[in-house]
Amino acid sequence: MPVFTLPAVAVVAVLMVFPVVFTLYMSVHSWYASSLTSPEFVGLANFKRAFVDDERFRNALWLTIYFTVLATALQLVLGVAVALLLNRPFRGKGVMRAIFLLPMVATPVAIALVWMMMYNPTLGVMNYLVGLVGLGPYNWVSNAAIVIPALAVVDTWEWTPLITLITLAGLATLPVEPYESAQIDGASTPQMFRHITLPLLRPTIVVAVLFRAIDCLKTFDIIYVMTQGGPGTATETLNIFLYLQAFAFFNIGFASAVVVVYFLILLVMSVGLMITRQKTSWQ
Amino acid sequence: MAVTARRLGNRLAFAGFLFLLMVPTLFFFYWMISLSLKTDVDNLANPPVLIPRDLTLKNYAYVFQSSPLPRFAVNSVVVGVGSTALALILGVPAGYGIARSRRYGLALLILVARITPALSFLIPWFLLFQQLGLSNTYHALIISHLIIGLPLVMWIMMGFFEGVHPDLEDAALIDGCSRFGSFLRVALPLTRPGIVVSGILAFIFSWNNLIFAVVLAGPRLQTLPVAVFNVMSFEQINWGPLAAAALLITAPVLLLTLLVQRHIVASLAAGGLKG
Repeated sequence: MPVFTLPAVAVVAVLMVFPVVFTLYMSVHSWYASSLTSPEFVGLANFKRAFVDDERFRNALWLTIYFTVLATALQLVLGVAVALLLNRPFRGKGVMRAIFLLPMVATPVAIALVWMMMYNPTLGVMNYLVGLVGLGPYNWVSNAAIVIPALAVVDTWEWTPLITLITLAGLATLPVEPYESAQIDGASTPQMFRHITLPLLRPTIVVAVLFRAIDCLKTFDIIYVMTQGGPGTATETLNIFLYLQAFAFFNIGFASAVVVVYFLILLVMSVGLMITRQKTSWQ
Repeated sequence: MAVTARRLGNRLAFAGFLFLLMVPTLFFFYWMISLSLKTDVDNLANPPVLIPRDLTLKNYAYVFQSSPLPRFAVNSVVVGVGSTALALILGVPAGYGIARSRRYGLALLILVARITPALSFLIPWFLLFQQLGLSNTYHALIISHLIIGLPLVMWIMMGFFEGVHPDLEDAALIDGCSRFGSFLRVALPLTRPGIVVSGILAFIFSWNNLIFAVVLAGPRLQTLPVAVFNVMSFEQINWGPLAAAALLITAPVLLLTLLVQRHIVASLAAGGLKG
């Protein structure tokens, strides 16, 4: 069997081993890509800088968590609600699925570009639309106070359909027997939902949400195209912060330490994902 | 009579409700298309012109005149096809190997590649490619896009090969087929939908990728998303051509998706559902 897996594993390993070794080495060194001197060993100074001295890093960490929690929660609630409402056979289900797929696969640069035009404070259609119900006008992406929610809306627009489609697929695999016996026992529809549907659906939803949370933590394209971290540092999430440290300031040593911290956060989330997946698995 | 009327009413209500749920998605794409087809006057009107009065293709003409769009499209296609082909050649057999040997420790490697932020690979690679004289080449772009496509193909194909009952292959093995022969003649044909879907998804994610090409490609090798990102400026309001460019770069992936949407939904669900 190794014949089949070996080439792919070797390629992935080669692609990943160098970055891992390089990053671990650099994270305890001070080195600028623009400098001619060789890296200087500084111990844990880069990590100390991140957690103690650098307010910008802590700002980035906080913004990343804020964006992730907000976007994931919105998508979870909307996505599951829509799936429950659509969980019945109807004509046009295929068309609906096809339409729901489009936001997920559309090119993020194109999505971000059109949202920027829609968010334009004077001529954008968003202020016109919220104006119809008596709200606004807002400065959306140029107002530091609401720019993260504005970006979370874009992410939610993109990814809520994924939660809906996954939940619908999960609903389709639910067994009928529990419902039949509950009906015989005289259970009401809300009771059946609360005590049968939700528990059975939980593994599906938990896994979908953790995957979304991990991807939200890594969101780059939308933010980079729409705000590039601004206004000020109001949308400088970890990924943007990292990009600036590496490719604007060439501070490779510090950037590598940030990568280590960033990766550990994602790793903890993923281990959580694997554990919940096994614990909640009912098959 | 009354019963049918009520049923019809219910149906209409549900259809209306369904439409309402899809409004955010539909309106966005409607707005993108309408911005690209409206005149400057209509695009800059306040309140916005929701239903265009006169349509024009001027914005599209402008995009083609003012930028070498076809050349960037060639870059996107070369990188997308190259990385997808490599991902399939390496990833399909790997998915088969993992599914048959049940060594899911290897799947863990895929998961790690899946969760790691692109930038953590990109910083070391960028410096390495520079040292090797590979920066600003197709090779660098194709190799970097492989880190997205390969885990995707392995993951999806793993699921598809698990769905092929081992008995089918055992029959081939008893009849004197080699392991490789049964992979080639039995398992592979049965999982053709998986190969198509994982290939298309790998291509789409390569096509859509911004960050790798921003860092690794010079002006000559820019992919479409980078080219569009570079000409973007919201200060001078030039919405028609921008919307036209946005539509042009995303239209190919939207069409590909519609072509195989049924299978894509199944794979997405499998990715999230597997116990």
